[in-house]
Amino acid sequence: MCVAVPMKLTSLDGHNGVAETGGVKLSINTMLLPDAKPGDYVIVHAGFAIQHLDVEEAERTLELIRELAEHEGDKEDTESG
Amino acid sequence: MKYMREFREAGATKALAKSLAGAAERLEVVRLMEVCGTHTMSIARFGLRSFFPENVMLTSGPGCPVCVSPHAYIDTAVAYCRRPDTIVTTFGDMVRVPGSSSSLESEQAAGADVRVVLSTIDALRIAEENPEKEVVFLAIGFETTAPTIAAAVLEARDSGLPNFAALCGHKVMPPAMAALASDPEIRIDGYICPPHVSAIIGGDAYRFLADEYGTPCVIAGFEPFDVLQGVLWLLEMIADSKPEVRIQYSRVVSREGNQAALAILYEVFEAKDDEWRGIGPIPGSGLSFRKEFFDFDAERRWPVEVEPTCVPEGCICGEVLKGIASPRDCALFGTACTPESPVGACMVSSEGACAAAFKYEGANR
Amino acid sequence: MIGSGGEKILLAHGSGGKAMHELIESLLLPAFRNPKLEPLGDSARLELGGRELAFTTDSYVVDPLFFPGGDIGRLAVCGTINDLAVCGARPLALSCALILEEGLPMADLEKVVESMRSAADEAGVEIVTGDTKVLPHGKGDRLFVNTAGVGLLPEGRRWLPGTAEPGDVVLINGHVADHGAAVMAERERFALRAEIRSDVAPLNHLIEALLEAVPDVRCLKDPTRGGLASALNEIAAASAVSIVLDEEAIPVRGPVAALCELLGLDPLYFANEGKVLAAVPPRRADEALAALRSHPLGRYAAAIGEAKPFDRVPLSARTLLGSHRVVGMLTGDQLPRIC
Repeated sequence: MCVAVPMKLTSLDGHNGVAETGGVKLSINTMLLPDAKPGDYVIVHAGFAIQHLDVEEAERTLELIRELAEHEGDKEDTESG
Repeated sequence: MKYMREFREAGATKALAKSLAGAAERLEVVRLMEVCGTHTMSIARFGLRSFFPENVMLTSGPGCPVCVSPHAYIDTAVAYCRRPDTIVTTFGDMVRVPGSSSSLESEQAAGADVRVVLSTIDALRIAEENPEKEVVFLAIGFETTAPTIAAAVLEARDSGLPNFAALCGHKVMPPAMAALASDPEIRIDGYICPPHVSAIIGGDAYRFLADEYGTPCVIAGFEPFDVLQGVLWLLEMIADSKPEVRIQYSRVVSREGNQAALAILYEVFEAKDDEWRGIGPIPGSGLSFRKEFFDFDAERRWPVEVEPTCVPEGCICGEVLKGIASPRDCALFGTACTPESPVGACMVSSEGACAAAFKYEGANR
Repeated sequence: MIGSGGEKILLAHGSGGKAMHELIESLLLPAFRNPKLEPLGDSARLELGGRELAFTTDSYVVDPLFFPGGDIGRLAVCGTINDLAVCGARPLALSCALILEEGLPMADLEKVVESMRSAADEAGVEIVTGDTKVLPHGKGDRLFVNTAGVGLLPEGRRWLPGTAEPGDVVLINGHVADHGAAVMAERERFALRAEIRSDVAPLNHLIEALLEAVPDVRCLKDPTRGGLASALNEIAAASAVSIVLDEEAIPVRGPVAALCELLGLDPLYFANEGKVLAAVPPRRADEALAALRSHPLGRYAAAIGEAKPFDRVPLSARTLLGSHRVVGMLTGDQLPRIC
């Protein structure tokens, strides 16, 4: 139900941080994610970082997407060839 | 925008659609339910239904906090709008929700000080900047949002902010999912669980649905790839009769969730029995302030008189929310009830099943 | 029932979408009924001694008064010039009426007036008459501007907008949603920083270049309040066609797209103040694009969709996945969501 977006935490002062995505910077609060540090990717909801984005897991999923996409592309070439 | 667009890849979507078709072949009609408004919106925005096999039915359950807020909550918010020297702060979602006789939007038009905020922290700032006014924040949302209000309340307490309180309308998901799973009118073969609620409460929170109710659950992200892969895993579990809880959204959701956020949440709030619009009472499904935080409970701090609740006739939002009726089954859909003049919350909330159906599929019956 | 069917004017009545249309159709049209008003075009079409005149007016009540890329003054001048230009008229002259709230800082007024002068210069149009009123403090929201304009259709040029026909290609001169996103970002500037500037600009020279190159442009419209979605729905309805957009072809700047994701909003519904939509016959699409791209305000022009025979859905979009979604009219101003 929640508009929540992955952003990169770029600076932190106590619990007051700034996170960035696509050129937009947002002031966020990290009280709910006390171990968040600049450089981390976090999920931001209602002005708070609510969870980490595990970059390794994300990359794993993206790798699967790339494989599926390539395979699908190959199949289409074969079918239309 | 990193880690968002990459999950909207067309080739991978096509491949998954084919896998879905293959998995669905071994099955009869399958009824799945998603309980997250952002899933509803994402499915509509990306036209994902066109990738589902014919025998896979997906209904939108009560995953929209605005849709499930009872009339009485809106009526109380309206009462605060009419209260002198009061600023009502709210997320944008609530502004057009109809109560018994009015809405925040109507009250604003009549001169009430209603301000849309992006975060509860903004509401605290408004309170600091307006010491002569009393600021009420409309605290709605599930376990994703409630910790943010709890954190803001702790901030307010620690800084001694004297003029801030929240009208608590928070609800929690698992008890509602259990109530639906045990409702004989509804058949749910599998749940697509809400991804960001799960980021907080963890995958293990749904174990009982698989173990005790035999309902497989997948926690899927809301990008197209996530939704389709999530549905695929559900079909596989259904075909194998192996109900489990599987985490598709592994880049964000863990089994134990965000313990720090849960600690803050339950420091400020505790579970209570609560009323869900259209569904009725569900034990343990709501949140209320613990007594140490009664100063921040708007209803206790600044009691108001609220008009008697009056629910409109013909509105079947409750059945739509439970997934037993679809928007087009409602006599009011597209005629008396449209996004411009909504009757029930399912139409007014941009995530509501009726609003999504109207916007993306048109008013045609 | 709550909503636009009620007894009070709501904010939704001014936002350019369905509610506003209903107000015009149910109250204003019947009251003023005459054939010149009925088309409800961006400008009224008047005839004077064998020549056609365009006449239009607009009031500006934007908050905040100043935003990245412009201010209410620039908006007021460009909006009226553009309403004349999309009819094919060459803007001749503007009027400017100011309604000021007592207490407005003189420096603010000076900035706004300077913006108006500079925008009028860019367009090559003069402000020839005006009016100034002051309201007591508390009775007006700092500054309201009304501009009215007249323009002349060159001899031999067809009055636009006409209607689109099946097969027509829909073009736009650049990135969408910049203005609406800039204003929203400005309102949220406590929490949000984005490199987003309003696109507010006078389009009369760009449109002249287009019409010189492609006189048989069928339809022009500037997608202001209500965004692309509302403007295209209007074109589709007026033309009795269905328009299908190619979402991937619609130019949206990175920060604007990011802002929309963050706030749960759709760029198709944000206002544009320096954009024009054109429907052109398919065989002229390449020339039209070239004409637009040769002008600084059309550098990022793109073909974004096409008109088809009407199939019950006035406007839809093909998503990047190949599926389709219906794009309806705006219902009230877009509000940031968290859910």
